[in-house]
Amino acid sequence: MDLLGFIIILVKVLVVFAATMLTVLVMIYLERRVSAFMQGRLGPNRVGPQGLLQPIADGIKFMMKEDIVPAGADKPIFILAPAILLIPALMTFAVIPFGSDITLFGRQIPLQVADVNVGILYVLALTSIGVYGIVLAGWSSNSKYSLLGGLRSSAQLISYELAMGLAVVSIILLSGSLKLNDIVADQQGYLFSWNVFKQPLAFIIFLVAVYAETNRLPFDLSEAEQELVGGYHTEYSSIKFAMFFMAEYANMITAAALTVTLFFGGWDFPLVDESSLGILGTVLSVCSFILKMGFFLFLFIWVRWTFPRFRYDQLMKLGWKVMLPLALFNIFITAGYLTVRALV
Amino acid sequence: MIENYFPIFIVFIVAAGFTFVSLIMTHILGPRITNPVKLMPYESGVDPLAETRIRFSIRFFIIALLFIIFDIEIIFLYPWAVVFKDFLSFGSFIFFEMVIFLAILVFGYVYVWRNGALDWE
Amino acid sequence: MGVVHGQEMVLNIGPQHPSTHGVLRLQVKTDGEIISEIKPFIGYLHRCFEKHCENVTYEQVIPFTDRCDYLASMANNFGYVVAMEELMEIKVPERVEYIRVIMAELQRIASHLLALGTFGLDVGAFTPFLYMFRDRERILDMFEMTCGARLLYNYMWVGGLSHDLPIGFVESAFRFLDYFEPKIEEYNNILTYNKIFIERTADVGVMPADVAISYGVSGPNLRGSGVKWDIRKDEPYSIYDRFDFDVPVGIGEKGNLGDCWDRFNVRLTEMGESIKILRQALTQIPKNGDVHQTIPKKIRPPKGSIYKRTETPRGDLGFYIISDGSPIPNRLKMRSPAFTALSVLDEIGRGWMLSDVIAILGSLDIVLGEIDR
Repeated sequence: MDLLGFIIILVKVLVVFAATMLTVLVMIYLERRVSAFMQGRLGPNRVGPQGLLQPIADGIKFMMKEDIVPAGADKPIFILAPAILLIPALMTFAVIPFGSDITLFGRQIPLQVADVNVGILYVLALTSIGVYGIVLAGWSSNSKYSLLGGLRSSAQLISYELAMGLAVVSIILLSGSLKLNDIVADQQGYLFSWNVFKQPLAFIIFLVAVYAETNRLPFDLSEAEQELVGGYHTEYSSIKFAMFFMAEYANMITAAALTVTLFFGGWDFPLVDESSLGILGTVLSVCSFILKMGFFLFLFIWVRWTFPRFRYDQLMKLGWKVMLPLALFNIFITAGYLTVRALV
Repeated sequence: MIENYFPIFIVFIVAAGFTFVSLIMTHILGPRITNPVKLMPYESGVDPLAETRIRFSIRFFIIALLFIIFDIEIIFLYPWAVVFKDFLSFGSFIFFEMVIFLAILVFGYVYVWRNGALDWE
Repeated sequence: MGVVHGQEMVLNIGPQHPSTHGVLRLQVKTDGEIISEIKPFIGYLHRCFEKHCENVTYEQVIPFTDRCDYLASMANNFGYVVAMEELMEIKVPERVEYIRVIMAELQRIASHLLALGTFGLDVGAFTPFLYMFRDRERILDMFEMTCGARLLYNYMWVGGLSHDLPIGFVESAFRFLDYFEPKIEEYNNILTYNKIFIERTADVGVMPADVAISYGVSGPNLRGSGVKWDIRKDEPYSIYDRFDFDVPVGIGEKGNLGDCWDRFNVRLTEMGESIKILRQALTQIPKNGDVHQTIPKKIRPPKGSIYKRTETPRGDLGFYIISDGSPIPNRLKMRSPAFTALSVLDEIGRGWMLSDVIAILGSLDIVLGEIDR
């Protein structure tokens, strides 16, 4: 690898990281403003124009707060738990292609930080690591609410991971590759080549599982504040507390991006061949990706402020008794259809 | 091959750097005025009643065990799904192969369900 | 599979907890999720009101009744003055009676809005809570317009009222009713018939009618169990016998009779009935009349005692007053509906999950100010 290649990688990493962090801030702001709009309130509107600087003010405030470790807590784990949660959450976005290739300095640069041949497995693996952060945070806090929250949440995350994994299998059946680039390429062309039209059931399963995976309403049982106060982050203060939220929002961003990549053609703008348009095509593809992702991010907010919360056993029942068989059935149907089409 | 993972390594360094710098910063910047009451674990405003770290419900373990079993099975499905289309040119064997595999999986699933391991009470 | 029990965890819910509706402390035993015992500890908001009442004059008792059920102060004022007037055998002017009923019914809507909203919040629905607060705010505005206070009114006095209705009150009340009536449908859409909400509340915390009666549960909680009992109808006080309204009862529409959903729905339907009463009262109210019936400045009821109960938003509120002929009550005891509602919690909440217990507690609509007094 030469120097230019290294610089390009570095720039991509930093741009994607900055964009992720910025989106996290924007999401935190939007969550509050949109919810306020839905509920007939004003929301934060004092810090900066329209309250735009509110997330930054929050961040600074969190930074300046006292860093409390409760008595009886397992100190190293207590401090590391938010890091275990946040680092993978910030890393997942690396394999997601967010635009068509761009040609600069005589090189073709893919708009993706790392083109890994097991892209989808990488995403699933990293989201699983986050569970450790949650369960360790709950356990190390030495608080009953945290412990219950951590246990609930870990059981919930692993239950929904199964359905999510199985929903993804049916996509892989269609694309024949674990590479996210190939999955996007597979959906190029006209609108109905998007996977959402080929695999509507898988899409629904995946979407529901994503809400459970990101701990959002109606599946936010681990942090159900009316029952468990704050769930696994009850005892946390200062930036460690904020890290749980940053991780949540970073996971939401990844989840939205993954939904778009797997089911909505990634950066594909329907009926347009981006690669033939040069730099304009790249801009178009990035915009299309951001738009689609923005829609799913908005959906997260919308759902959160509309629905009540499930009860724990209902959540587990839905995951194990409804989603799992449905996902298995979907694989069976997809594989059967492909077999019949290939052989008849 | 392996150089594809190099950017991920850099991403890791950036993410971990950000995380740990914030942890250290908050440690330095924040005040530290502690007292025993502040350090007490939260239990809705009263002194903690009993031990927190106790044996908890077995169901969480059952869920964890089931997860491991099913997750491994799903991992087996991934390579199959990747080569599925290519192998179809050799006939429908690959399909029925997986039907048998899934049948065993479903058999185990039904067994677990019938035994009530999926019920929460 | 053999039953393997985890160790039981003793968990404190409250006094400083987001969903105990005040400073209630519940000590629950749980194995992680299932609750095997609920022990309510009360007294965190004990302000010795009944003892206070033995040391102040009869008219000075009214602010204390305000502060008992601070979400339904008008109804508490109403209960006390009705009891006092019966003890003293006073007849109050027509206009006063109408104004009292209007205030009490507005208060009922406001109180139910808060109860339903916080119940929604307890099961995780945040937005309906704020919608209901938005509408409750309008009622509070009207109270403010009438007597200057938004929460604790000290409005109904023995033999009369502190103020007459302000100019334009009747019109603004009609405007509110026209605005509010369609909102009930909105609440139904966003919460009552939401699938997840039904899942969470139907068949949960079932309170059979005999349990409810033997615990002395009253008000919407009792009616949620299918017992048609409303003091406004069955033992009419003031002028409630003049109005045409129904007493909604639970019918077990979404699950067993007497579940959380029934209690929720009874409150929601009751708001519609209150609107009916309000419309009639606002039309029939005499245009003029003195609201300060001439009674002696210092109230001296005759020797004797009275027990009078009225229907507050939370149920059957009784005042037992013993008078020894002096201007100060000899004994004043309140029978609080929220107290009985709380006492049934262990009976109907046992064996449910932690989240259900929170939902059941929310559905009982307790106010700690009234329990601890």
